[in-house]
Amino acid sequence: MGIIQTTGLKKSYETRAHRKTTKVEAVAGVDLDVAEGEIFGFLGPNGAGKTTTLRMLSTLLPPDAGEATIAGADLRKEPAKVRAAIGYIAQGGGTQDDATAREELILQARMHGISKAEAQRRAVSALAAFDLTEYADRPCKTYSGGQRRRVDIALGIIHQPKVVFLDEPTSGLDPQSRAHMWDEVRRLRTEGMTIFLTTHYLEEADALCDRIAIIDGGVIVAEGTPDALKREISGDVVTVGVGEDFAEKAAEILTGQTFLTAVETRDGGRIRLAVEAGETAVPLVMRTLEEAGIATSTIEVHRPTLDDVFLTKTGRSLRES
Amino acid sequence: MKSLKILRDIWLIFQRNMLLMLRSPLWVILGVSQPVVYLLLFAPLLKPALAPMGAHSQADAYRIYVPGMLVALALAGGLYVGFDLLRELAGGIIERARVTPVSRLALLLGRSLRDVVVLVIQAAIIVVLSLLFGLTVAIPNLLIGYGLLAMITLTSASFSYGIALTVKNPAVLGQLINNVAQPVMLLSGTLLPIALAPLWLRDAANGNPFNWAVTGMRALFTGHPDDPAIWKAAVMLAALAVITIAWSGRKFARSVR
Repeated sequence: MGIIQTTGLKKSYETRAHRKTTKVEAVAGVDLDVAEGEIFGFLGPNGAGKTTTLRMLSTLLPPDAGEATIAGADLRKEPAKVRAAIGYIAQGGGTQDDATAREELILQARMHGISKAEAQRRAVSALAAFDLTEYADRPCKTYSGGQRRRVDIALGIIHQPKVVFLDEPTSGLDPQSRAHMWDEVRRLRTEGMTIFLTTHYLEEADALCDRIAIIDGGVIVAEGTPDALKREISGDVVTVGVGEDFAEKAAEILTGQTFLTAVETRDGGRIRLAVEAGETAVPLVMRTLEEAGIATSTIEVHRPTLDDVFLTKTGRSLRES
Repeated sequence: MKSLKILRDIWLIFQRNMLLMLRSPLWVILGVSQPVVYLLLFAPLLKPALAPMGAHSQADAYRIYVPGMLVALALAGGLYVGFDLLRELAGGIIERARVTPVSRLALLLGRSLRDVVVLVIQAAIIVVLSLLFGLTVAIPNLLIGYGLLAMITLTSASFSYGIALTVKNPAVLGQLINNVAQPVMLLSGTLLPIALAPLWLRDAANGNPFNWAVTGMRALFTGHPDDPAIWKAAVMLAALAVITIAWSGRKFARSVR
């Protein structure tokens, strides 16, 4: 049984505009099953219902309908037990500008009911674990984005929760801080925590998550490991450049070959081929063209990305939405 | 056991908010600057104006004026603390506390008690300055007066926090607070004595606990600690504080059970 399980989780809001009340289904029946020790990613565009789901699972927002258990505790009936088992790290963090990281960590531990001495001890080890010792006694407002985000995460796990909810952990971070943050998230997993994160970054879902659910318009449209999802989009794409003069002839020769499923001539003397597996198709394409006396100037294998998955499932590109 | 936890949590939140207040003490001084200006520039004009109420000297005028101003300060100072809470809400600071088992009532009372401390500091500044102008007040009477002011601040601050949690918008909050503060201030005779008002206005003021507070405070400052207005004010203010804290505490607890 998964450490996070939900069935039919729903939440709708009423918005009022021009004296008309409209009901918006932010989350329209979400079923999830997250295994212990997983890094589970919730991928979707802004407004897809990611944060709403996360806030429901973190006891911050009562669901309209549906059931959920987290670490064996019922979300509706035992919110206190859920709260004791989870850490929640909001998108905007939640540090006081004028307080120091050490003060914030001690306060957070104490709000969880931990004794003063133990809270101080935990703050010291959390500061060390997150590379913050150097800045520990400076006010949070002096921190860089990456440092501040590390404080946020340290705050979220100070009580050693089983499940950590991370809302957009790397939103607004530079690439280096982002990579650093990914390492921190992986480290939490090695410490036995289950991570549930939301993201709208394809690369993040791909590189960091063991399993992802793609959410759009409040419903999950696809779920699985990033690789399995991409494999569902059958095959790879190979683009060969042969020059304007030979493009037509090359397309003619390649059409009907057994190792490919589709041929499409593109601008600039390029031909786009849909193949089943890029790595075996490339040598075959080159040999076929060589035998016909056509030289290939460029060749490129493009594997389907999560964006292709999103595109297939929703008809839109995630990058555009 | 449970009440111990609440006390511990209140202390925790209070300590944190005191710490933040001490890091930017400018706000305490700024909050008191307007009453001080009133004290220096406005009050000297009051001796002739307050003569019908029995002000025969500068000190008499201050005995009438300063208690009213302190009540106004406790009311207004408390009513505006909601803005600080809105800032904390936007910064995710409240949310961070809500995912912990910390007492929801403590989130409110820890803050409100910090506001009481701020008020006491501000009131001390005003009283000390007034001493320079010849105001004299017995220490026990002053302490009772501080007790009344503390209850007023608890009420106004808790009310402001509750409203802030309800409207969640600084512009709306500001408008609402203004609309509440003005009639309450007028009907409590904080700045101008209600005794000068027509009868219907005096009747309306009779139902206003803050009017009783001002009357009680004036009795204390003029050396009449046995005036029944004092205990009447204390009872009404205590009841009002309990009701407001209960209401606002529920607001704090509502979105998290």
